Amino acid sequence: MFSRAYRTVVTVPPLLWVTTFLLLPYILMFCYSFWSVSQTQGIVHSCTLENYRQLFSVEVYWQTLLRSMWIAARVTFFSLLLGYPLAYFLSFWAGARKDLYYQLVIIPLWVSYLVRAYAWKTILGSDGVLNTLLQYVHLTKHPLDFLLYSPFAVVLTLTHIYTPFTFLPIYASLEHIPRNLVEASNDLGASPAQTFWRVIFPLSIPGVLAGATFALVLSLGDFLAPLLLGGPSGIMISNIVVSLFGAAYNWPLGAAISLCMLILVVSLLFVSERLEKKWSFS
Amino acid sequence: MELLVSSVPLNTRQSGWLWVHCLLVFAFLYLPIVVLVIYSFNGAGVGGFPPRDLTLNWYRILFGDGAIWDAVVNSLEVAGAAVAIALVLGIPAALALDRAQFPGKVLFRRLVLLPLILPGIITGLSLLMLFNEAHTNLSLLTIILGHGTALISVATTEVFAGLQKLDRAQEEASLDLGATYWQTFLRVTLPNLKLSIIGAALLIFTLSMDEIAVSFFLIGRDNTLPLEIWGRLRRGITPEINAVSTVIFLFSLAAIVLWYRLRSRADVTPEIAADSIEPAIQGAQS
Amino acid sequence: MATSEQVAQNADVASTRSTLLEVRNVAKSFGKNVVLRDISLQVAEGEFLTILGESGSGKTTLLRIIAGFESATSGELWMGGQRLDVLPPYKRRVNTVFQHYALFPHLTVEQNVGYGLRVEKLPESEIASRVEQALKQVKMTIHAKAKPSRISGGQQQRVALARALVKRPQLLLLDEPLSALDANLRRQMQVELKSLQREVGISFVFVTHDQEEAMVMSDRIALLRMGALEQVATPREIYSHPATAYTAQFIGHTNLLRGEVRDGLLRCESLSWKTTLPAGPALLSLRPEDIRLAGIGVRAGMVHFHGKLQQRAFHGATELLRVESSDGLIFSVRTGTRDEWRGVLEFEFDPADAIPVRASAERD
Repeated sequence: MFSRAYRTVVTVPPLLWVTTFLLLPYILMFCYSFWSVSQTQGIVHSCTLENYRQLFSVEVYWQTLLRSMWIAARVTFFSLLLGYPLAYFLSFWAGARKDLYYQLVIIPLWVSYLVRAYAWKTILGSDGVLNTLLQYVHLTKHPLDFLLYSPFAVVLTLTHIYTPFTFLPIYASLEHIPRNLVEASNDLGASPAQTFWRVIFPLSIPGVLAGATFALVLSLGDFLAPLLLGGPSGIMISNIVVSLFGAAYNWPLGAAISLCMLILVVSLLFVSERLEKKWSFS
Repeated sequence: MELLVSSVPLNTRQSGWLWVHCLLVFAFLYLPIVVLVIYSFNGAGVGGFPPRDLTLNWYRILFGDGAIWDAVVNSLEVAGAAVAIALVLGIPAALALDRAQFPGKVLFRRLVLLPLILPGIITGLSLLMLFNEAHTNLSLLTIILGHGTALISVATTEVFAGLQKLDRAQEEASLDLGATYWQTFLRVTLPNLKLSIIGAALLIFTLSMDEIAVSFFLIGRDNTLPLEIWGRLRRGITPEINAVSTVIFLFSLAAIVLWYRLRSRADVTPEIAADSIEPAIQGAQS
Repeated sequence: MATSEQVAQNADVASTRSTLLEVRNVAKSFGKNVVLRDISLQVAEGEFLTILGESGSGKTTLLRIIAGFESATSGELWMGGQRLDVLPPYKRRVNTVFQHYALFPHLTVEQNVGYGLRVEKLPESEIASRVEQALKQVKMTIHAKAKPSRISGGQQQRVALARALVKRPQLLLLDEPLSALDANLRRQMQVELKSLQREVGISFVFVTHDQEEAMVMSDRIALLRMGALEQVATPREIYSHPATAYTAQFIGHTNLLRGEVRDGLLRCESLSWKTTLPAGPALLSLRPEDIRLAGIGVRAGMVHFHGKLQQRAFHGATELLRVESSDGLIFSVRTGTRDEWRGVLEFEFDPADAIPVRASAERD
């Protein structure tokens, strides 16, 4: 139906842009990961596997990677824990106010990440709102240390950021469940709890997978929350990369780590996609 | 769609602990924002409970802060340009994905949508390496290119979703009545996509104003607003930041209310609300 | 077709069988919108009752109230001597076959049918045998392991039926289950459903807007109009003795004649005949098949008129003619088929076939 000219005009510009600014950079990153850096010449364009050797042998690198994955796993878990019942409530129990509640959940998403992370910093600090409140009501005598500059703070902040992200796809998949299935289940004798576990939850699994993937991938690559709130014990893999591109000046090594992150993310996406297809029934 | 409207007599009271859970989650989501806003008026600055000395001092300082204003102007410039780039490339990309077959289409689709789900650091760093090899100096221009590239994905998913809702028969009718492809595009396709495009523009603008991960690596001498705030945060907490954060929050609120109004006005048929934002997320999965 | 014995049986259904479900003064409003007004109805054991009505008549709402998905604004439901409307749907011995089947997409046909038994926590062996029997009954044994997305609409409908029947409910509700099927399949399913009901022996309450379907399948029809019951009777009764003009027009075709009775004579334009109806305006229903082409000579007691043929509709076995009489009355006449009609024709009918009907109440 659409002419050749139309199709060309429509396809070529985006294709060119994407090739230049998305594909090419990734290829460059791949190349960089095999280069090295020297004191005198800056970045040396000669191939070596040194960076990868370092990545896998130097303890701090893969330890940080593991810690990052553990933090990301916890963030995903808590985001789902908070987000799923919220989505279920809105979809099936909120009735006329459903739209209003939905907007209320979305609003924090639109508020700057930086603003929200900073806010947690002011709350969790030793002079922060939470500590002074606890002392004010005499629940504690001294400020609690672990609240800020710890993995706890990072997990808390990232959970706060990503709960709306897990909520969205779960809510969408719940909304797509035809209500007559719920009625049929009730009709056949299943209580609301049985209906949830036997009908609603299985049909919402693609949404859960999508939300979990989002939270997992994005929190894995996060560097702002750790920088603001993580302290030395809360450093994540992206912080190492940032310093390699900054003060530590080793772009090739940074590129190698980034490439690994990219591959990890793409693999996660691939697995998630497969699982989603397996669990989608429409 | 009657299948999706529930008449099963459920109400909030019957759900018991579920309702409590939701209240707690809402409290958790809004706590930092509420604290920020309250403490932006706190005379004693950040921290310390309870807040005392209500004052507009911080706002006064904020509005006199030249560097912040410069950063705001920069951010607006960048956001405007990013919207332009993202739409000019994203609309054809959506059309291409919807209607054209070409070699490498699958790879193209994945590449376009990847920045949505990829941590910003990877997008930012890969572009940094590109600019380095091309010996380009870092400046607002490089930030604009970064934002534009990352946000094409948002434009594409929103417009693609809008195209799905478009009735193909309308375009066929237009062609049948003698209009050319280009005329049909201008007179039939584009007007129908109006709301998707405006919604996408609003979303892209807001995301760009707040963008920090990609900008972090592509910054030259001129700061955008998030990076200006970031710089100050690194140097120590100033209560002024609460004030600027509150202002940002109010603008975000206005943006989303506007976006939502647009969405609900668009729909003749009742639509599942989640489908409006969801394409951005689903698109990353497809 | 039914034997005279079955006819007699049908007519007596409501009186000889005991009442299973009693709907007492049920009314339902959604906000300001009144959907059901003061409905009282009884469903007998083992009967096939159809709730017939146009869209918006409230028939689906009534069904959903019985199933438990809506609660009535006022009135009560009683079943087996106990109040039904206070129970949630999953505690009622009532099961529903949904309009769009509502099969669980993530379960196989077998698992769908066994669902209701599993939530009852019955032993697996019993579930397996009952499911097998139910599938055999609806002839879906071959497809036991298939997912709903892989089977046709008609097959899905059978599975939905099996899923409800396997629970052995006291009452089965069917919400326009055949509306999504094409005409031939629909007719086939009507016959199968009817014989299935006879076989299983439980009460079926069937909702439809298709009056032909209602007549073919039902022991009794409850005609619902704008939220109130217009007439409840057997198909034959409702057809031959419609109570109101609406009933006469909704079920089958009819000619509505408006006339005036004075001094024992009913006058309708130039037509007139003797009648025992009280003086005043009269409304009569005359079925098209009761009007015949007049033969040679005038038969005693018949009313005659001449009519000019305006339109004819070929229905295969019969034709429906649209005829205009000399004083401008339009009649529908059902006759056998003929290749050609010519000029002005003469028709006759027996005035006893013109049934007096009430004008239907105007509802706000």
